[in-house]
Amino acid sequence: MDFSFVDQIWVARVPLLKGLGVSISISLLSIVVGTVLGVFVGLALTYGYRPVQWLVRGYTDFIRGTPVLVLVLASYYVLSTIGIDLGPFQAGVLALAVFCSSHVGELVRGALQSIPKGQTEAAKAIGLTFPQTFVYVLGPQALRQALPAWVNTAAEMVKASTLLSIIGVGELLLRTQEVISRTFMSLEFYFFAGFLYFVINYGIERFGRYVERRTAVPS
Amino acid sequence: MTYTLNFAAVWRSFDLLLQGLALSLGLAVVAILAGCVIGLITAFGLVSKSVLLRKPAGLYVTIIRNTPILVLVLFSYFALPELGVRLGKIESFVMTLAIYSGAYLAEVFRGGLIAVPAGQREAGLAIGLTEMQIRTSIIIPLMLRNVLPSLGSTLISLFKDTSLAAAIAVPELTFEARKINVETFRVIETWIVASCLYVATCSLLAALMRAVERRLAVPR
Repeated sequence: MDFSFVDQIWVARVPLLKGLGVSISISLLSIVVGTVLGVFVGLALTYGYRPVQWLVRGYTDFIRGTPVLVLVLASYYVLSTIGIDLGPFQAGVLALAVFCSSHVGELVRGALQSIPKGQTEAAKAIGLTFPQTFVYVLGPQALRQALPAWVNTAAEMVKASTLLSIIGVGELLLRTQEVISRTFMSLEFYFFAGFLYFVINYGIERFGRYVERRTAVPS
Repeated sequence: MTYTLNFAAVWRSFDLLLQGLALSLGLAVVAILAGCVIGLITAFGLVSKSVLLRKPAGLYVTIIRNTPILVLVLFSYFALPELGVRLGKIESFVMTLAIYSGAYLAEVFRGGLIAVPAGQREAGLAIGLTEMQIRTSIIIPLMLRNVLPSLGSTLISLFKDTSLAAAIAVPELTFEARKINVETFRVIETWIVASCLYVATCSLLAALMRAVERRLAVPR
């Protein structure tokens, strides 16, 4: 039997690939759910009535003040204690989505607030209702503003997906640890996992820069 | 389903949580101080004219920023011993967090360095300061003032990253909270208290940074 690293990767290809798939689904799910939630958070922070604003501000500040790992652990253990049996995957994705929503919320708020007041006034002057103003005037400008930072958040979510290994979700890092406990090749396999994450995140980062260039306001 | 909150068990082990919080803060302070030094040196590398300095600095920042910190933490604790680098849990974690924060702080400092007007350096040269004197007494202070807002948010997120030390059983706040969980089964209460401790500390740090910002604001 050969114990060289490449052979061991080949032996472990199925669990590692499955783990990678789980990592990607965790990231995608939490980004999608987190973004939808986050857009509402951002809208509430910018246009909500005062009490709504305070409530949502409290939510984002609390989530942003808590480490992601604590959110993940709390979501997993608390939900199962109060009888909501979600399983580690769902509980973990929920925690990451909540984390993502607070970031996207701030992003959306920042983008909306950076649009000059004159834009809203101009929209009013030509007789647009507020929903129309939002869809035709504010939304597109906010999107251009927020898109590059949102891509960064996506890379952040891929990195945060590793935290789900701690509650036993079989994503790439947990699968790697399992392979290491069998092969004792910790150096090689941690390196390999780190490399895979690097490739994914570097790809997202480059894509983010591309988006930034494409959406930049010509000056 | 009815569940009555009962904090008694958590209060009994509250000093454990506080000890954990103290260790979290300690880890953060040491790692961030080291990270600032690494970040500052790297930032000067990033803005350097020499490719030999710029490329390695850029490579370091790119690699660290695109790798999950949990992988780095596990790597340095479990894999480095294979290379003969044997560190304790705490040392290994502080080293990892310092290297990790160094990459983020380098980007922060780089932004600040670029924003310092070239005239400042020229003025320093004109009054006969050496390159090193210009850096330490003109450029770095001006740069720090430029970067205070993003420095603050980086520091806060690094403080939160100390929770990952729980993954290698460093007895900081998250680890202690998990332990109390296992011992008392007061799961909800423990996580409420632990989260509140984190949130309170982060808000305190944010307030502190705002106060510093106000003190150092450029008078207009």
